[in-house]
Amino acid sequence: MRNESTVEIRRLGSPLLRKSSSLKVWKRGLPLYLMILPGLLFFLIFRYLPMGGIVIAFQDYSPFAGFTGSEWVGFAHFERLFGEADFWSLLKNTLILSALNLFLFFPAPIVIAVVLNEVRVQWFKKFVQTAIYMPHFLSWVVVVGITVILFATQEGAINKALADAGFARLEIMTDPKYFRIVYVLQNVWKEAGWNAIIFLAALASVDPTLYEAAVVDGANRWKQLWYVTLPALRSTIVILFILRLGHVMDIGFEHIYLLQNSLNLSVSDVFDTYVYRTGVLQGEFSYTTAVGLFKSCIGLILIVIANKMSKKAGEEGVY
Amino acid sequence: MNTYDARGKDPLFITVIYGLLIVSLLCILVPFVYVTASSFATEHEILSRGFFFFPKEWTVEAYGYLLTNQNFTQSFKNAVVITFFGTLINITLTSLMAYGLSKSWLKGRRVLNFMVLFTMIFAGGMIPTYLVIKELGLINSYWALYLNTAIAPFNLIVMRSFFQNIPSELEEAARIDGCSELRLFWRIVLPLSMPAIVTFTLFYAVFNWNTYFFAILFLNDSADWPLQVYLRQMLIETASSMEADSGGFHYTPAVKMAAVIITALPLLVVYPFLQKYFNKGMLLGSVKG
Repeated sequence: MRNESTVEIRRLGSPLLRKSSSLKVWKRGLPLYLMILPGLLFFLIFRYLPMGGIVIAFQDYSPFAGFTGSEWVGFAHFERLFGEADFWSLLKNTLILSALNLFLFFPAPIVIAVVLNEVRVQWFKKFVQTAIYMPHFLSWVVVVGITVILFATQEGAINKALADAGFARLEIMTDPKYFRIVYVLQNVWKEAGWNAIIFLAALASVDPTLYEAAVVDGANRWKQLWYVTLPALRSTIVILFILRLGHVMDIGFEHIYLLQNSLNLSVSDVFDTYVYRTGVLQGEFSYTTAVGLFKSCIGLILIVIANKMSKKAGEEGVY
Repeated sequence: MNTYDARGKDPLFITVIYGLLIVSLLCILVPFVYVTASSFATEHEILSRGFFFFPKEWTVEAYGYLLTNQNFTQSFKNAVVITFFGTLINITLTSLMAYGLSKSWLKGRRVLNFMVLFTMIFAGGMIPTYLVIKELGLINSYWALYLNTAIAPFNLIVMRSFFQNIPSELEEAARIDGCSELRLFWRIVLPLSMPAIVTFTLFYAVFNWNTYFFAILFLNDSADWPLQVYLRQMLIETASSMEADSGGFHYTPAVKMAAVIITALPLLVVYPFLQKYFNKGMLLGSVKG
């Protein structure tokens, strides 16, 4: 494409003609603008229009009065949110699930990639890859459904096995004490293999002579792993870790929503599920828009900070 | 390539590597084998035996029940319709816009790119989106699903960088021969971009087939619900309301397992064949950003 722009400049001729030639560039772009238009309309109507809709967080929105007729109430909804006991439990639940993701879910794909990278038997490597990518293509409904099938208190195969062996049955789906670990293990099961792709790509570009040099220096396989393979992943790990930090507020709404029930609400309720329940189901549009806005703003701030950190760490930014 | 021998043999190392991989393989495959096997088993066997990988008595009763269950077949059809039209709209809009944005000489390209990127870091949120869909009169229509998720910005960006890597000389030559921009896109760029097109068609199809939350958010009529919503009712709702007092139907275990299989199978059958494309198609784009 760099080539193309130089060709373009040459063809456009002398700078004296710049005015008419810029018109020419617009004209030449016309078919492309037409191709972009449907997509642009999508972004404007379904992504930017809702951003405008955020104003209702500062109103007492009534569906009958609309955006223009509803009464302005300033920060009243935010004051209500910060005053609610629910707020602290929502924040706490979100942060705990995020922390679990960072320290248990995040390292899993790295381990998988490093291990897969050591496999020299090609058919086995292919087979493992195909198998561990598989859960990524399942819906959360299927993943949670399989968990229910295996762990159902009475019918579940695992609880049956436990009971037969004389252990107590585990109430995996209903007892709040299991919720967090089930959540993070399901994340690992579904996405760890798939997320290894990016680390595998980084490892594929490692210069093989580095390993040869390490062997000459007397490094065994463990040392090669420590001194060659892991350093090769360093920058990918740093950038993805920072990216994750920027998404502390996003913990997989659909997943949480499917796992949630009246019995585990004390540990499973997060901002998004709260917004859905109170907003869509109970019709408190303005208040829950404020809740959503609070969440989005924290998210935005975190992403900006994360991006700064990434650049400071000598890595490329995300944007 | 570094060969196996050059890196040295270490029995403990090899054991650890293969051990880890086999354990992860088992974690992923065992639940599947169990669910598949028990979907062909009798209710009595499932309730009396614990884990098993082969039923003693094979039966397709559960599948027969589902195929004659009107609610199930209807939700299956709905899922097929949503996946087909949704994916068609996704891939059409995404590839057209990605192609337009891939031309570095296009005026206003920077602004448009930023507009796309910005939606990845900030969004209006659930309620304003819901209200926009509602104001447009799309509630209870599949258009709410198709349009609300028409383009995934990440896919758009990866596809754009894929198009950028196509040598511009090819396009220049075609243009000199009097080829129009649309024709150029259709006859030259698309055929050259098959790995990317196949990859993102698959990704979008996965998304549409698996859509659950937007379906319950935008569709009130249960006759319109896709498979995932029906599956959730069968499996999760009854389980979380303490299994007994749900008031809904009680499905036999084998029927539940068969429903899982039918829901998961279409994509699991297709994706291994397309894997070679997305290993190539996605990595190329994403690594180069």
